[in-house]
Amino acid sequence: MHPPHYKDTENAETVDILPKEGEEFVYPMLQHIGAPCDPLVEVGEKVLVGQKIGDTSAFLATPIHSTVSGVVERIEQTLMPNGLKANAVYVYSDGKMTESPELNKPHDYENMARDEIIEVIKQAGIVGLGGAGFPTHVKLKPPPGKNIDTIIVNAAECEPFLTTDHRVLLEETDKIFLGLTVVLSLFPGAKGIIGVETNKMDGIKKLEEFCEKPEYKGKISVARLHPKYPQGAEKQLIHAITGRQVPSGGLPADIGCVVNNVDTIISVHRAIFRGRPLMRKIVTVTGGAVKKPGNYKIRLGMTYKDMMEAIGGFKTEPAKMISGGPMMGAAMYTLEVPVTKLSSAFLALTAAEAVIPKEKNCIRCARCVDGCPIRLIPFELNQFSLHGERTKFRENHGMDCIECGSCSFSCPSKRHLVQSIRAQRREVLKERSS
Amino acid sequence: MEKLVITPTPHIHDNITIEKIMLLVLIALAPATIMGVVMFGLRALLVILVTVGSSVGFEWLYQKFTKQEITIKDYSAAVTGLLLAFNLPPTVPLWLPVVGSFVAIVVAKQLFGGLGQNFINPALAGRAFLMAAYMPHMAGGFVEPLTGFFDFDVIAMATPLAPDGTWDFLSLLIGNHGGTIGETSAILLILGGLFLVYKRIITWHIPATFIATVAVLTFFLEPGWTLETPAFHVLAGGLMLGAFFMATDYSSSPVSPLGKIIMGIGCGFITVLIRLYGGYPEGVSYAILLMNCCVPLIDKFTKPKIFGAKPKEKKAKA
Repeated sequence: MHPPHYKDTENAETVDILPKEGEEFVYPMLQHIGAPCDPLVEVGEKVLVGQKIGDTSAFLATPIHSTVSGVVERIEQTLMPNGLKANAVYVYSDGKMTESPELNKPHDYENMARDEIIEVIKQAGIVGLGGAGFPTHVKLKPPPGKNIDTIIVNAAECEPFLTTDHRVLLEETDKIFLGLTVVLSLFPGAKGIIGVETNKMDGIKKLEEFCEKPEYKGKISVARLHPKYPQGAEKQLIHAITGRQVPSGGLPADIGCVVNNVDTIISVHRAIFRGRPLMRKIVTVTGGAVKKPGNYKIRLGMTYKDMMEAIGGFKTEPAKMISGGPMMGAAMYTLEVPVTKLSSAFLALTAAEAVIPKEKNCIRCARCVDGCPIRLIPFELNQFSLHGERTKFRENHGMDCIECGSCSFSCPSKRHLVQSIRAQRREVLKERSS
Repeated sequence: MEKLVITPTPHIHDNITIEKIMLLVLIALAPATIMGVVMFGLRALLVILVTVGSSVGFEWLYQKFTKQEITIKDYSAAVTGLLLAFNLPPTVPLWLPVVGSFVAIVVAKQLFGGLGQNFINPALAGRAFLMAAYMPHMAGGFVEPLTGFFDFDVIAMATPLAPDGTWDFLSLLIGNHGGTIGETSAILLILGGLFLVYKRIITWHIPATFIATVAVLTFFLEPGWTLETPAFHVLAGGLMLGAFFMATDYSSSPVSPLGKIIMGIGCGFITVLIRLYGGYPEGVSYAILLMNCCVPLIDKFTKPKIFGAKPKEKKAKA
């Protein structure tokens, strides 16, 4: 499926947005898939930049760090951009950005054991930065018996509007290669492949120059991918690059692959070579209602409200606000939510851009069938969902849907296909867990 | 920020709509429509106007009567009407297309739930009814082309497929031979069909396999084994019209590429059986109608294998 790219911000160099005094930073204790962290600080306590403020002993979790220096104001529930709620530490920034003494201690990874390196990555709070937020240290520890031969770096960035991956390809190329070298050192014999769509040719050329360097030659290569949505989805990317299919219900490790987002790899670089945890996210801010569209380096915890104030605010009153891309991002109803590790973009659309199309009869044109990356028959699943036929829904592989939205995008009748399928999936999951 | 729009994903949509699809089909049919009028004169134009008008009218009436949303603006009724007109001889009495439109729009389409719910092609359902009920008008109204635009005193002429039909390849391509209003010009129908393939409104699967099946079967089944036989069978009659515009009707054709190929082969097979061994000179429309009825079964057995399904099965075998 080929939605329009809308990548107007691809040439906008990343602008660093520094926290100011008096801004309130919000750190949800759940910024990853897995168990929530417990706050390690108390109200009134002083915190420093890079100080760990949330952690848990659970395996499927990563710690949370403060990104400003200041005072813990309160600890209470907050809403997150994805609509979920989580316990959060609120820090009142003093504007000084005093760094924790623990920071800036590089690690000599070549003389460290595998588990030690992975522990550094875990302690740096690194999660998959493509939007899913799966803890990276867990990905780097595949179950025993899985022979990993390919490390894929995901820089496909197939979602329209988003240009942050594109920018880091150009701006932080060296860090990508160094970070990937660290990850490759964990999997002896594995090769690194950076998957990029060919709508980012300048990025591809720069990567390919690096691949020619003696230290990377033969170890790291670039896969040029024809732009296609949802190619950045893990299983689709593996298939596009290696031709291997992750079995239904299986994991990439089952077919020898580990996939990490390009910015995740840069975070690994930062953790190992600079001794700094994950404290920032690059956010593409765009849409017709935004005054200065661009790519902004935002400290985690900054609210969208403060972010918009810092970058010039709105041109017109937005009619729709989206955290993430237009295909899979969540519509927001308030800006009083923090930027988290899962944030990737902020779109503020005008009324003309935010029209809700009217649903009409399905004409069985099969555009949804052609567009489905999982090869489901979305219009049938839509019927099963609407009629509550759960058994048929499952028999027709409704649970394999990745909710990429290709079906709804391509439907000439504007039917709410993925919407209904998603709702039915939730019902089935609820049924399973009860 | 008091009037924020909140919806689930996705937040953008392709700009394709039902109206655009139907409009593109009408555009693709336009050259053949003009050729039909040029060949068969004002009489053909009247038949076309009455058929399209009554099709749209019946859709409006039915939806008004059953208190449904009026959907005539999506042009689907107009497409059905035009296709039905294409299937009529030029000299039919003008009440005949009205009856055909009623069967097509009300019986075959609306009674089954409207757009996208019909299990057979509505235009062909209308034609089949007219064939069964008004055989003399449907089978006998073929006339010689280019006999004067305003001239209603026309000379009867058999279609090339009829036992007494005459033809040559150039006239089959251009359309100056006896036949229904829209079926005669193979070249314009092919161009219109390719336009739809290019615009991704239809895929190549059904037309290509339909036409190829007719060509291959007639080559082997007819005595002599000459290339002239398949060429004649491909260009004569309603094959191009049927293969590109009728068998590809979304709601009465399979959804998967494999299913479409089976549909095309089936249509070609039945067409040849009727043409060579059946009681009618032409079999395209009945072939499509019969295959329409097989679509649910074809769909059931040609479901695409889902992503990631194959390796799992292999493992189970090993």
